[in-house]
Amino acid sequence: MTTAGGVSPGDVTSRRRGVRTYLIGLGLAILMTIASFWAAQTHLIYGPGISVAIVVLAIAQMGIHLVFFLHITTAPDNTNNVLALAFGILIACLVIFGSLWIMANLNHNMLPMEQM
Amino acid sequence: MNAAAPSIEMEEREPTSADGPASRRIVVGYGFWIFLLSDIIMFSAFFATYAVLNTATNGGPGPAQLFDTTNVAIETACLLASSFACGMASLAVAERNQTWTQISLLATGILGAAFLALELKEFASLVERGAGPTHSAFLSSFYTLVGCHGAHITAGLLWLGTMMAQFYAKGFRENIQHRYLCFSLFWHALDIIWIAIFSLVYLNGTRI
Repeated sequence: MTTAGGVSPGDVTSRRRGVRTYLIGLGLAILMTIASFWAAQTHLIYGPGISVAIVVLAIAQMGIHLVFFLHITTAPDNTNNVLALAFGILIACLVIFGSLWIMANLNHNMLPMEQM
Repeated sequence: MNAAAPSIEMEEREPTSADGPASRRIVVGYGFWIFLLSDIIMFSAFFATYAVLNTATNGGPGPAQLFDTTNVAIETACLLASSFACGMASLAVAERNQTWTQISLLATGILGAAFLALELKEFASLVERGAGPTHSAFLSSFYTLVGCHGAHITAGLLWLGTMMAQFYAKGFRENIQHRYLCFSLFWHALDIIWIAIFSLVYLNGTRI
C-alpha cells in the first residue's frame, strides 16, 4: 500500500497488525467514553472542572479514532493527510471560537431588554 | 547487516513528492478525505450555532431537563461498535473474503440502524413533551445539529446497502474497493462527529 505518492487515509499499512490496531482503538475509545460519562455524573471532581474534563476526553477520543480507525499517522508517507487535517482543524476552530467570541461581545454590548 | 538495512533504506528513499503520480486508490482516498474535512467544517458551524444559542430557551425547558443520558450512552455504544465492525469489514475487503465482508457490513448496518432508531425515538419523545424545534432557539439549533448528523447516518446506511450489493454482485473489483474505502472513511468520520455531539451537547448539558 506504500506505492508512489504516500498512503491513502483509512488504509492499513500492515494487514497482519490490522485487527490488533482496531482492537486497541476500540478499547481506548470505550475507556474514554466511560470516563467522560462518569465525569459528567460524579461529585468527586470540582464543578467547573467537569466541562474541561469532558472536552479534554472528547479531544483525546477523537485523536484515538483518527489514529486507530482512520489510520492518520505522523509517518512521512502520511504528510498530505495530516496537512489537510491540520487545515480543517484550523478552520473549524476559527468558525467555532470566532462565533463564540463575536456573539459574547455583541451580547455584552447590547442594551438590556427593559431599556430598549 | 540485516538489522541495519531498513534505516539505510529510509535515508536513501526519495521524498514522496519525487515518487511520480500517486496510485488511483490514494487519489480517491485523499479527495474523499478533503470532502470529509469540509463536511466537518460545516458541522463546526452548527456546533458554533448550538454553543451560542445553548441558553436561549425562551422560558422553556433547557438541556438538563430534556436529555436522557442513558439513552445517549446506548446510542454511543451502538455507533462505536458499528465503527469497529466497519473496520473489521475493511480488513475482510483487503483479504477479499466475501463471507466476512458481508457479515461485518451487516453488523455495521444493524448497529447503525439501532443508533438511528434510538435517535428518532428520542426526537419523538421530545416533540411529544412539547419540546419541538419551533419552541426555542436552543431547540432549533439542537435539532439542526443532531438531525444533520442523523441525516448523514441515514445516507451512510443507504450507501452501506449499495456497497453490500456491489460486493455481492460484482466481487472485489478495484473501483468497488475504492468506493468502500470512501464509505469506511465516511462512517468513521461520523463517529468522530458523534463524540463531539455526545460530549458537548448531551454530557455538558446534563452535568451536575
